[in-house]
Amino acid sequence: MTPRLVMRNVKKSFGATRALCGVSLEVGAGEVLALIGENGAGKSTLMKVLSGAYLPDAGTIELNGRAFVPGDPLHARQGGIEMIYQELTLAPHLSIEENIVLGGEPTRWGWLDRKKRRAMAKAALDELDQGSLPVDAPAGSRPIAEQQIVEIARALVRQPKVLILDEPTSSLTKRDAESLFRVIRRLRDRGVSVIYISHFLEECQALCGRFTVLRDGESVGSGTMAEADLSQIIRMMVGREVKDIYPRMPHTLGEPVLNVRRLAGRTKPASVSFDLRAGEILGIAGLVGAGRTESLRALFGLDDTRIGSVKVFGAESVGLSPRRRLEQGVGLLSEDRKAEGLLLGRSLADNLTLTRLGPVSRMGLVSDRLQAEKTTAWMKRLDVRAQGSEQAIGELSGGNQQKVAIGRLLHHEARILLLDEPTRGIDVGSKAQIYRLIGELAVAGKSIVFVSSYLPELLGICDTVAVMCRGVLADLRPAERWTEQEIMAAAIGQAPATQP
Amino acid sequence: MNPRIVRLFSALGPLFGLLFVIGIFSASEEVRPYFLTGGNFKIILTQTVIVAIGALGMTLIIVSGGIDLSVGSVVAFTSVLAAKLVLNGVNPVMVVVITLLMGGLIGCINGSIIAGFRMMPFIVTLGMMGVVRGAAKWMGNNQTVNPPKNPLNALMALTKPQELYPLPIGVWVAAALAAIMALVLRQTVFGRYIFALGSNEATARLCGIRVAQQKILIYALAGLYFGLSGLMQFSRLTQGDPSVAVGLELDIIAAVVIGGASLSGGTGSILGSMIGALMMAVLRNGSNQMGMPTYMQEIIIGIVIVLAVGLDKWRQFRGVRQTG
Repeated sequence: MTPRLVMRNVKKSFGATRALCGVSLEVGAGEVLALIGENGAGKSTLMKVLSGAYLPDAGTIELNGRAFVPGDPLHARQGGIEMIYQELTLAPHLSIEENIVLGGEPTRWGWLDRKKRRAMAKAALDELDQGSLPVDAPAGSRPIAEQQIVEIARALVRQPKVLILDEPTSSLTKRDAESLFRVIRRLRDRGVSVIYISHFLEECQALCGRFTVLRDGESVGSGTMAEADLSQIIRMMVGREVKDIYPRMPHTLGEPVLNVRRLAGRTKPASVSFDLRAGEILGIAGLVGAGRTESLRALFGLDDTRIGSVKVFGAESVGLSPRRRLEQGVGLLSEDRKAEGLLLGRSLADNLTLTRLGPVSRMGLVSDRLQAEKTTAWMKRLDVRAQGSEQAIGELSGGNQQKVAIGRLLHHEARILLLDEPTRGIDVGSKAQIYRLIGELAVAGKSIVFVSSYLPELLGICDTVAVMCRGVLADLRPAERWTEQEIMAAAIGQAPATQP
Repeated sequence: MNPRIVRLFSALGPLFGLLFVIGIFSASEEVRPYFLTGGNFKIILTQTVIVAIGALGMTLIIVSGGIDLSVGSVVAFTSVLAAKLVLNGVNPVMVVVITLLMGGLIGCINGSIIAGFRMMPFIVTLGMMGVVRGAAKWMGNNQTVNPPKNPLNALMALTKPQELYPLPIGVWVAAALAAIMALVLRQTVFGRYIFALGSNEATARLCGIRVAQQKILIYALAGLYFGLSGLMQFSRLTQGDPSVAVGLELDIIAAVVIGGASLSGGTGSILGSMIGALMMAVLRNGSNQMGMPTYMQEIIIGIVIVLAVGLDKWRQFRGVRQTG
């Protein structure tokens, strides 16, 4: 039986950059294909060619056995190809209902048919087992997990034959991801072809039938998930052995550098207490919405603190501004680097040195030469791939951007690093580098608070893990005394919480 | 493409525009003998001073992501203030100081409301525009204020009209300040913070930049420049006229935008703004020489602004497609 979709030897270049050098893949009806590869491997470019955003330079695409050249997104959509991008594309001020039918509003003699619109939206949401979503609420006010469901619902309304999902679970908790998988399986059973792009190999194993691996713009391997071995796949992705993605770097813990007692923000967090020692890596797990990001922000002074005590290096200092925290040697890497953490239009050098321009200035004026020198040194140390320290950071891949964002904390010589989901949305190679970096910082006596929703990495690199549930941080234990199931239970609130 | 080279070409864009516009007027047989003379260029430069000095302040504001619509009113107000001070026998140095400080004060108030109440700069400065214009008319009693001859008239006085030199002091002042501000914006920490604010305010806050304080400082500093513009306006007319400079803010904003700044903040340069100011003065001057009626000039300048910015966006857009 001919597969529904066949892409053969697709090539695409942007000027001198060869993004795709001959990629082939195929997906059948009622199949979920995992498309795996590092950032920069060409997955997004390939999918953009398929969905009509780019025209390929060479190669063929066949849909249902017939040649298919999607010249623009509309044409691709008419062919039954729907793409759900990693960066959500909802209209935040419109309601969920309006977003779901956006572009295909039902009309009656030229006027908007509200009843039909509601029916369409409800039907799509029911399909996803999400009938309880508040369809009148503005989409921008809902949590990211819900927004994603809305995007998928929007795609469903158009009855796709091929559905492409680009990193759909990077902002979802395990529970939401499970719901998503149920939906995908349902679509698969109805005959939809699904291309599932993800870094989370365990998910691909659970969900997908076959996989294709891309590396540096080429397809380097395919196979069935059942027969594949994870380390084999990783090797295909990276082109080298990635042993021990979680490096165990022995280090000793020193004196407490951060003491937090009953910290509470305006609404979240409700009560956070913990001690952080020099050289310690403290992981904070919890569901999306538990208050982990809010805790870090309150600690750092970006959000108001209602009550509580914060001692940094022994000095009582609750409620200080970000500037003062930076002076104390505390740095924050926020969850969403594009919205808060990077100046996308500015150069690498400007981004990296922004919090400490002193060392790159001469006589009160910023020295471009010094800045470039320091930045290039950090780029080498952190293995940041770019055209030079002057390049606009918005042009770099996600992994490289994140490395520069962390680099800013390092250039600042922060001794306490608050990292909020530092490895979200970046490729395996960069993740491994960041884990190694965090290990090295701990060995050097720096302290790290590591918020993450990815349990394997928390257990892999943290010394201690605490779980936040409904605004309360409790249950601080050494990492060896936790299992993933126990963390999940504590996060959902089903485990007896020990008193803080 | 090497990012340094890309930046160089971006900076050259407005310059090519300027040369192109000069070229057009020079091409006409009738106009050339009057247009391409030293004396005429002296006039062009002098006529650029007020917009250029205003653009020095406005560039800071726009790069930081804000806007100030009250400039025209501030120029009128400070020019009337200067006239009144001279009329009352205040010594010229004090007149300069007080005028500048008044501009700075109004800017400080703008900045404080914008930062303190987190209001949109457009709205706040729109309101201030009305308030200050009214205050100017009130101070001048709805008429022009005519002080006797005084040293400040020399700032914008045109002597030896047939030759390029000597240029009025105002031109040299503008040039010197432009050089200083270019350095400030590009190379000082303060300048980097301005770019950071305009590029992403949330990131700036995360990096410990005191956002509210910076904004007030930026609007106040720009206000000093607007006060200086007012002083130059007074010198050019040798009188304080409360109805002058209506719409000046739009000329100044146009100069900054032609020079490459984006109204959403994060990009811009002093050099670009100066070229933008020159381009508009050349357009006006050349059109006058060609005998074009003023309404025609307005149409042309409007088209040029859209073209200049449109071309720039198109060029940037193409650059983005290249990197995919």
